[in-house]
Amino acid sequence: MWLYEKKLEYPVRVTRPNPRLAKNIITQYGGPDGELAASLRYLTQRYTMPIAQAKAVLTDIGTEELAHMEIVAALVYNLIKDAPLSEIKAAGLDGYYADHDRALYFVNAEGAPWTAAYIQSKGDPVTDLHEDMAAEEKARSTYEYLINLSDDPDATDVLRFLREREVVHFQRFGETLQLVQEYLDRRRYY
Amino acid sequence: MNGARSRLELLRRIQALEFTAIDLNLFLDTHPRERRALEDYNRVVRELAAAKREYEEAYGPLVNFGHAPSPDGWRWIDEPWPWEVEN
Ligand SMILES: [Fe+2]
Repeated sequence: MWLYEKKLEYPVRVTRPNPRLAKNIITQYGGPDGELAASLRYLTQRYTMPIAQAKAVLTDIGTEELAHMEIVAALVYNLIKDAPLSEIKAAGLDGYYADHDRALYFVNAEGAPWTAAYIQSKGDPVTDLHEDMAAEEKARSTYEYLINLSDDPDATDVLRFLREREVVHFQRFGETLQLVQEYLDRRRYY
Repeated sequence: MNGARSRLELLRRIQALEFTAIDLNLFLDTHPRERRALEDYNRVVRELAAAKREYEEAYGPLVNFGHAPSPDGWRWIDEPWPWEVEN
């Protein structure tokens, strides 16, 4: 069971349309290292985790990633909602507009749709947790590139928050990997 | 009293408290025997519950499906939704 809380995890402020920035940020909605991929990866890997702590970490981080997906959606939605068509064209978002108007859809920065091929679930918890650590680093890098591209201080503030969360998640997955390794070692020797 | 303004102030407080709870929660998942973190977590839970109660009494439920009462009519449907950004 999941509960929806009618609030964002972190406040989003947008004062003017910026379809060019939205075109880039949307990759954290539906791109390879985005929040949808992160959430679904952890929430589907949790079933085959061998220890209670790993099941909790994957459930909790997978749930927090859903909240991040909502933050990214709120950013993109507000950056394109009042953008005139001329700006949408100038930003190279006219192809997106043809398919989706100003609606939200899961694509990367170049318009490629989300695919489950972005994520894995191997059954081997050591393998999966290594993927999760790499995923957090890839998301952190993407947020860094988005911060470099951003010309909107309010958007930059939100991107910084999201980047810091990836650092924390990487840390927690590293600790989880160690706990799983210790569990597997104990099983091997006793 | 400026209603919209005090609503946002209370919401910011809830966001800050809940963020602290999320971060402590993840830390406790991998450090369940850290007493200080556990005490902090339980303190935040109490403060967050009080702030949410105050918010929900004035502005309607933050959570549906039976987790918050709705005594003055069905206010779950009230706008704004979280992505409807107010500056
Ligand atoms: Fe993350």
